Amino acid sequence: MTEQTTWSAQDTTPDAIDSALRRLLRERHAQDASLVPARVLNLVVIADREWRGEIINRLERVGRYHASRTILCSISEQRSGLDARVVLSSDGPGGAVSVLREWVELDLGIDALARIDTILDPLLVSELQTVLWSPHNHDDAVEALLEMTDVILIDTDDPANFDGPRAALARSWALQDRTYVVDLAWLRTTPWRERLAAAFDDPSRRGELPALASVAVRHNPGSLTSALLLSGWLASRLGWSPEPLVATAGGAYRGTAAAQRPGGAHDVAFSGIVGFDFEPVAQTVPGIAGVTVGTDYGFSLALDRAPGGLLARQRRPAPAPLREWRVLGASRGEGGILGEGVRQALLRDPTYRPALAQARRFEP
Amino acid sequence: MALGELDTDTNPLIAGLERLPVRSTAVIIFGATGDLAGRKLLPALYNLAHEGSLPEHIELAGVSRGDISDDAFRAQAREAIETFSRRPPNPEVLDGLLENARFVSGSFDDPDMYARLGQTLAGFDERAGQPLNRIFYLSTAPQFFPVIIGELGRHGLNQPTHPSSGGDVRVVIEKPFGYDLASALAQNEAVQAVFAESQIFRIDHYLGKETVQNLMALRFANALFEPVWNRNFIDHVQITAAEDLGIGGRAGYYEGAGALRDLVQNHMLQLLALLAMEPPTSFEANRLRDEKVKVLASIVPPDPTRVHEMSVRAQYGPGTVAGVNVPGYLEEPGVAPDSRTETYTALKLEISNWRWAGVPFYLRTGKRLARKLTEIAVTLKPVPHLAFQSEGSLGVQPNQIILTVQPDEGVSVSLGAKIPGTRMRIRPVNMEFHYGTSFLSESPEAYERLILDAMRGDATLFTRNDEIETLWGIIDPILAGWAADTDTPIPTYIAGSAGPAAADTLLRDTRWRRL
Repeated sequence: MTEQTTWSAQDTTPDAIDSALRRLLRERHAQDASLVPARVLNLVVIADREWRGEIINRLERVGRYHASRTILCSISEQRSGLDARVVLSSDGPGGAVSVLREWVELDLGIDALARIDTILDPLLVSELQTVLWSPHNHDDAVEALLEMTDVILIDTDDPANFDGPRAALARSWALQDRTYVVDLAWLRTTPWRERLAAAFDDPSRRGELPALASVAVRHNPGSLTSALLLSGWLASRLGWSPEPLVATAGGAYRGTAAAQRPGGAHDVAFSGIVGFDFEPVAQTVPGIAGVTVGTDYGFSLALDRAPGGLLARQRRPAPAPLREWRVLGASRGEGGILGEGVRQALLRDPTYRPALAQARRFEP
Repeated sequence: MALGELDTDTNPLIAGLERLPVRSTAVIIFGATGDLAGRKLLPALYNLAHEGSLPEHIELAGVSRGDISDDAFRAQAREAIETFSRRPPNPEVLDGLLENARFVSGSFDDPDMYARLGQTLAGFDERAGQPLNRIFYLSTAPQFFPVIIGELGRHGLNQPTHPSSGGDVRVVIEKPFGYDLASALAQNEAVQAVFAESQIFRIDHYLGKETVQNLMALRFANALFEPVWNRNFIDHVQITAAEDLGIGGRAGYYEGAGALRDLVQNHMLQLLALLAMEPPTSFEANRLRDEKVKVLASIVPPDPTRVHEMSVRAQYGPGTVAGVNVPGYLEEPGVAPDSRTETYTALKLEISNWRWAGVPFYLRTGKRLARKLTEIAVTLKPVPHLAFQSEGSLGVQPNQIILTVQPDEGVSVSLGAKIPGTRMRIRPVNMEFHYGTSFLSESPEAYERLILDAMRGDATLFTRNDEIETLWGIIDPILAGWAADTDTPIPTYIAGSAGPAAADTLLRDTRWRRL
C-alpha cells in the first residue's frame, strides 16, 4: 500500500517549497520512525504542460527505478509565477525500514526557463547526482541547468526532439564534453549488443568476427539513430572506418566501412570492405527489429525480435544446415527503457562515445 | 581500440557490457522435484532467462526418482516458477525455458539411468549443433553426492565432450558438504577422484547475497575502515544469525545436524572469514579463497576437553513467538524425546595472527529466537581519554559498525554525539546506509548470481576443498567435545527469547547485542 502526504501552494517560492519538503519529512518521520528518505539521485524533468499526463505515466512505469527526488517542471506558454505541489510517498510498513520518495511538481511559464537554475537549485538534494531529462526541446532550460547536472537523459531516436538523426547525434556529441549523456536510443540497442557479443564469444564463431563483411540492421522507421548507434558500436569495437550512407528506396540506406585489418583465419576470403544496409520495417515499438551480420564466404547470423526473446538463424556454407533457435529474454518496454536510463545515471559506459563518433561518420 | 588490434583470442565486443556472455549450457538438476529445486533453482533459472542473462542455448534436464514424464516435469517446474519467482513470469519466456526440458527418472545408483542421461545430453548437443557446457547441480540429500559423482565418472560424464571447442563440465554441490571433518575429507576425495577442483563448485548461498559481497566492498573500497580493522582498535566482534522459526517439518535433517553444522560451519564462518581476512591481491577466485583459508587456519581449534569454556549449546523449550504459543524442540514431531541436538549455539573464537590476536569473535545462532536477524557487529575500543563529563547522559559508548545481512540489508555506524543543550552530554547516534534507500535496483536472489557464476566457471563465491576442510577443522573438536559429554543436561531457552542465559558466560566485559 502506498501512503502519501501532500502539500501545494500557488504563487510560491523555491524557499517555501524547500521548507515544505523539510517539514513533511519531519512530520512523516515523527509519525513513523521506520520511514527513511531514499537518497539515490535527483531527477529533473522539463516538459510541456500539455504532455504532463503522458510524462507522469512514463515516469510511473519506470518500476523500481524511481529517482529519490523527482522534480517535474510543467511549462506553459502564458503563465507567470510558480505553483508547486509536493507529494511524499512510501510503501506501507513492510519491514524495519520503509523508503520514502519525494515528488515535486512545478507549474511555471516559458519565460522562467532561462533562469530555471535559480528555482531548482534550492530544491535539489545537494549531495546526490542530478539527472536532467528534457523531452520537449527546452534547450534554454538545459543550458541553464547543465552546470548543476551530472547526467543528461536524451533520446536521439525521438523525432519530437530532433530534426533527424544528424541533428540528434550532433546534439549528443556536443553534450559529451559538458556532462555525462545517457541516450535512450543507445539503451534500446543493449540487448542487441549483448547478444552479438555473446554470439561471437562462442568458440565456434569467434573466428568469424574479424572477417565480418556485411551488417544489415532492420529498425522501426523512426529509429534510424538506434540502427546507426548499433552499427557505430560494431565499427568502434572492430576497427572499421565508416563512410557516409547513401539513400536507397523506401527510406532505406546503404553504405560501407573500411576494415583496415586482416580477416583473421579467413583473410583470403575477406575484401576489407564491410557493407551496411539500414532497412525500416513495420514495428510498433521504437528501436531495432533485427540485425544480420555475415561474411563473404557464406556465414551469417541473424537476430530478430520474436515472442519471448530473439529468433536466431545461423547459415554456414553448404552442406551445413540452417540452424534456428530462440534466445530467451523479456522485452523491457518503453517504461523499462526510461527506468534503465535512470539506473544508468549511476553507471558509466565507456563504449557509447566511440560508438557515437563512428555513427556520425555514417551520416548521409 | 587501435586498428589491427583485433584478434581471435579476445572478444572486443564485450567491453562495457553489464551482462557478460555465458557459454551455451545444459543444466542438469539432480533432485529436480525436490524442495530446493522448486523454491530456488528453477525460479532462479527463470529470472535469468527473463533478464536475458542465460546463454543462447540453454537446456534443462531434471533427474530424480519417480517415474514422471517430460510433460509432467515441465508442468511441475512451471508451477514452481509461477509460485516462487520473484517476478511474475512472462508466459513466452517461461514456455521457451521449459519447452525442451527433459526428465530422466531413476535411482541415483542405477547405471542405466546415467546411460539414459548421457543420451539426453547428447540430444541436447545435437539440437544446439555444438557441444554444450554441462552443469550437474546436486540438489539431493548429501548421502547421494558420492553415489552420483561416482556414476557420472563411470559413465564418462565428467569429461569435456569436445575439449577444444567447449563442452566444459562442472558440478555444483549443495550444502552440507560433509558431516564432520572425516566425512568432508572422504567426500572431497570422492569428488576429486572424478572431477578436477576447477570443475567443482561447492555452494553456500550466503556468499551470493549482496550484503555479504558488500562486506568486501566496505572493507577494501573505503579508506575509512581498514586502518582501524585490527587488534589495536577493535575490541570484539559479534556475529549473529537468529531465526524466529522452529525446525518446521525438517526434524529428520535437523536431528542429525543441529545449529553448529547447520549454520556455523558454513554461513557464519564464511562471514567471519570475509570480515577478518587480509586484503586479497585480486578478486580472482583462488586469490580470494587463499586469504579466506589463511584466516580460517589461524582460528585456534579448541581442545575437546575444554570445549565448554568456549561454546554453549541449548534447545528451545515451549514459549510464545509473535503471540502464538509454540512447542519446545523435544515436543516437535519427529524429534527424539531424549534428543541432545542443539537448536542454539554460541561460540567464542580467537584468531591467532598479527592482526587479530586477543580480539574475541563471538558467534551465536539459534532457532525460535525473538526475531529473524543476521548481522555482524564490530565494536571498537573506547576512546583512551574523555575530556568532558558524561553525567546525566548515556555517556560515550564505543563505536560500533553493524552490517545487517537480513532482514534489512545495510550498514550502520554508531557515533557519540552531543545532546542539544547547554551541557556537554553525549549519547550514541547512528549513521545508516540501507540498500533500499541508496540503490535503485533490488538485490537479485543469491542463487541467480551463483548459478550464473557457475555457468561462467567463476568459482570466487564457491568454497574450495581446503576451505571446507579448514572449516570442519574448527568445528570438529567442538563436536567431539559435545559428543563426549553425555551427562550434562542441555540447557533450554524459552521460545521467543534472546537465547539461553548460559550464553552470557562466554562474553568478556560486554554483553550480547539485543536481537
